[in-house]
Amino acid sequence: MTPLLHLSGLTKAYPGVVANDDVGFEIAPGEVHALLGENGAGKSTLVKMIYGLVRPDSGEMRLHGQPFAPHEPRAARAAGVAMVFQHFSLFEALSVAENIALGMDDAPETDALSDEIRSVSKKYGLTLDPDRMVGDLSAGERQRVEIVRCLLQNPKLLVMDEPTSVLTPQEVDVLFETLRRLRDEGTSILYISHKLEEIRTICDNATILRLGKVVGTCVPAEETSRTMAEMMVGTELKSPTKRPYQPGPVLLEVKNLQLPSKDPFGTSLRDVSFSLHAGEVLGVAGVAGNGQDELLLALSGEEPCEDAAITLKGAAIGSKGPNHRRLQGLLAAPEERLGHAAAPDMSLTENALLTGHARQRLTNKGFVKWQATQNFARAIIQKFDVRTPGAGHAAKSLSGGNLQKFVIGREIMQRPDILVVNQPTWGVDASAAAFIREALLELAEQGAGVLVISQDLDELMEISDTFAVLSEGRLSRVRSASGVTIEEIGLLMGGTEVDHAAA
Amino acid sequence: MDLSSISPVTLIVSLMAASTPILLAALGELVVEKSGVLNLGVEGMMIIGAVCGFIAAVTTGSPWLGFLFGAICGAAVSMIFAVLTQYLMANQVATGLGLTMFGLGLASLLGHSYTGINPPAFSQIHIPVLSDLPVVGRIIFGHDPMIYFSLALTFGIWYFLTRTRGGLVLRAVGESHDAAHALGYKVIRIRMLAIAFGGACAGLGGAYLSLVRVPQWAEGMTAGAGWIALAIVVFASWKPGRAIIGAYLFGGVTVLQLNLQAAGLAISPAYLSMTPYLATIIVLVIMASDKKRQSLNAPASLGKTFFAST
Repeated sequence: MTPLLHLSGLTKAYPGVVANDDVGFEIAPGEVHALLGENGAGKSTLVKMIYGLVRPDSGEMRLHGQPFAPHEPRAARAAGVAMVFQHFSLFEALSVAENIALGMDDAPETDALSDEIRSVSKKYGLTLDPDRMVGDLSAGERQRVEIVRCLLQNPKLLVMDEPTSVLTPQEVDVLFETLRRLRDEGTSILYISHKLEEIRTICDNATILRLGKVVGTCVPAEETSRTMAEMMVGTELKSPTKRPYQPGPVLLEVKNLQLPSKDPFGTSLRDVSFSLHAGEVLGVAGVAGNGQDELLLALSGEEPCEDAAITLKGAAIGSKGPNHRRLQGLLAAPEERLGHAAAPDMSLTENALLTGHARQRLTNKGFVKWQATQNFARAIIQKFDVRTPGAGHAAKSLSGGNLQKFVIGREIMQRPDILVVNQPTWGVDASAAAFIREALLELAEQGAGVLVISQDLDELMEISDTFAVLSEGRLSRVRSASGVTIEEIGLLMGGTEVDHAAA
Repeated sequence: MDLSSISPVTLIVSLMAASTPILLAALGELVVEKSGVLNLGVEGMMIIGAVCGFIAAVTTGSPWLGFLFGAICGAAVSMIFAVLTQYLMANQVATGLGLTMFGLGLASLLGHSYTGINPPAFSQIHIPVLSDLPVVGRIIFGHDPMIYFSLALTFGIWYFLTRTRGGLVLRAVGESHDAAHALGYKVIRIRMLAIAFGGACAGLGGAYLSLVRVPQWAEGMTAGAGWIALAIVVFASWKPGRAIIGAYLFGGVTVLQLNLQAAGLAISPAYLSMTPYLATIIVLVIMASDKKRQSLNAPASLGKTFFAST
């Protein structure tokens, strides 16, 4: 049988880096094929070549045995290749139907299209209202928009780039159900992920990329997550060891915190209460857009609230700004690395100054102590194994994982009493993620309180002592993390409050 | 003071003529901003349109050719902005301000020998019976063709933006250029076209100013109309229908204060001349107080430079 898609010798070089080097594999009709690799392994470049966004320097692609060289996405779509993007390519201020029409080359009239959307979403069990504005939808619903957009074109090959990173476990199940149905109808799927359990569940074959080269293939069902991860990274992985948790005195107390969101598509915080003890790692789970960003802003001091809502070591600080809180020992590292946690065009030294100046005494009467600042930046780089030519390089020149190590390291090096982090390992390769988790646990061991906001449940289960879920701006009761099942958390994430008395 | 000297019908008729240049420029800028580009050079494009339209009309004797040439020249200068910002990735705010300066200077150079000349007349339409009706006749059927054109253009732009695929693509580009690019739309080409359209509209507005509204050429005659047009786009929350309200509101205050001056109101004319601008500022402040609602309609990529990352 001729494979649906056959790739051989694909090479694409960018100045200074070979993104893909002699990559080749094939996908059979009706096969779910996984593409595995760390960040920077060249998965995205490869997918962009298949979808016509990037042209290979050399190599050959064949679709149905015919030469296939799309020069633009339109050509790829016409040949039957559809793609669901990692960062959703949706327009928030437009309706579902408008978004779908934009992704089609010969979109029918709005009414006819709406009917089509309804029938396709019904057929595949993807509930979707064509008239709603995308900005109001949850991440799972947004992904459905993308999938339905692809399905309306009857694709032969569906490319999915990290499709589950923003979904609740229940939404993942629905997605897999849809994918299986598609596979049974003969559609091939190229599935890109670094979530190994999912790949084991859904994929027939896997190709593993490392630094732009194919380093192996396997049948995921016959491997363990660990063996696949090691193939991906190329070395053995160490997993952090959890220490026994002894709650210390309360460091941070949040009581009935209300915070209306300023973003029209944001989520207001409603009545959030919890307390954080010395030595505790509190994990806050939840699907993106349920108030995570707002919670971080409220705790870091970027969005002031009522004084009494936040008590830090006995002092009410709700209306105080970030620097006051830093001096008192409350530090934070937001999710967005470029533009929020770090200024992209400024050097690492300057970035170290930005949050470190108050606590590290890097200024003197308004003048910057550059030598001390540089030493501080170098210390972070050394201690946290940040791979960069030097502290004078711009933050944006670092890879995601390295910048994240720098951002987290910058806060930890200031010896906080309380550290709040949002998505500490999002889009970070496996070894850097393990490193960051280890550092957070070490910090807690030294007696600090750590609040980790994350959408990665495996991560939270691995490092949290206690656990709560943020849903539509409300925080569930904090419970012990031991004995909580993924199903329970999933229900909480979907907004269902499970039996209060139980835990 | 004699308020009875102000006739409501005349007021409304002259209000429409006073508002049309701003309305035209605002409509053009609205389309530009919907595509995600902030062109602050409206004032410069308007005055270029004013001088070029005037020269063409005087030379050929045809106001129609004047309008056409004004629009073409407005579009031509907007291309300077377009190339600088879209291909050379120049900052949009700085480039737009530069375009305004450049336009004002170039216009006074071109118009040097044209001051004090009267352009060929561009008269109001006259439909027998209908135009002679009392009140209604003059308000609805007694204008020059450009006023009807500006109203038709408003409707046309509304229809284009909300009902056609081209308009959807344009809005999508303004909403998220990265997503539009990922779907395979030509972001830069679409923005170039939008900028050219905006330039043509501004040029047309300028030509209306020098050929009908004043009608003469004088240095710096736009007198901030381009800036008002920019303000009206924000006032209108990027909706064409509301741009009419904004433009007519500004035109109305302008005409009213002129009438009040003529009627001999005991307030210094300097204060009265301020009122349209003051009114604009006050309205903008009121509008801005409701950020949440406004940001829903504002193009999310407005003013951001697009790098095609492949």
